[in-house]
Amino acid sequence: MDTFTALAEPTRRSILEMLSTSGNLPATDIYRKFKASPPAISQHLKVLREANLVRVERRAQQRIYYINPEPMKELEKWVHQFSAKLEERFQSLDTVLEIEKQRLLANKEKEKK
Amino acid sequence: MSNKTTVTAEPGKQELFITREFDAPRELVFKAHTDPEIYVQWVGPHGMKMTIEKWECRDNGNYHFTHERDGKTYAFFGVNHEIHAPERIIGTFEFDGLPERGHVIMGKTTFEDLPGGRSRLVHQSVFFSVADRDGMIQSGMERGVTDGYEKLDTLLSSHQKQEPGT
Repeated sequence: MDTFTALAEPTRRSILEMLSTSGNLPATDIYRKFKASPPAISQHLKVLREANLVRVERRAQQRIYYINPEPMKELEKWVHQFSAKLEERFQSLDTVLEIEKQRLLANKEKEKK
Repeated sequence: MSNKTTVTAEPGKQELFITREFDAPRELVFKAHTDPEIYVQWVGPHGMKMTIEKWECRDNGNYHFTHERDGKTYAFFGVNHEIHAPERIIGTFEFDGLPERGHVIMGKTTFEDLPGGRSRLVHQSVFFSVADRDGMIQSGMERGVTDGYEKLDTLLSSHQKQEPGT
């Protein structure tokens, strides 16, 4: 599953927010914070693992979850490129606006005469 | 250039915001969005021929336009929900080239005056799903890479050369 599909689900976003606040959390602590059943939460954790948004470490009987910020940076990169694309379009608009402004000025000059 | 385009797209959300300032009053920027003759001059991706098939610039009016390059045509259409000069445009937008219908975008563009004959445009797009939004951002990126900046420079300077005749 890709990053963005994984992020599209509110429970998974809450898990990521919890992890970003506390750095890491044992799976049992994550289960406790939700009304949904542990198997349901476990499924969400699986999706997050597969999307590489979290990583897990085994410590004795516990599974400790950590947030992995790398995939988030991808959206940031996309947004940046998207802005550059829009900027091209808006620069064309700047040119068009400049032409319009001069045309209006010229019309006013004509009216004066 | 001091007029920077800002895009805000929070992860996991179905919306995005675009903000840009212009060295022109909002009446003019609004006109550049509603007058079809001016609209075609700037909105199309560089190197593509834009044709307006339908342009009903009023509340509940339809629009339909195409971009063409190398024999391939990309069509876009939607409904203008509200055209409120010179401050607000609300309407839908859909790309007519996806395998299925239903990926409609609701857009709101507002124009506010700033001191010194300047103005600010704020555009908000709301998508049906986060995947739709991210797909849109991604496709924008792909085109951005292929278009390249050299083309932009050439086109901008040719626009400026046309200026005296207009």
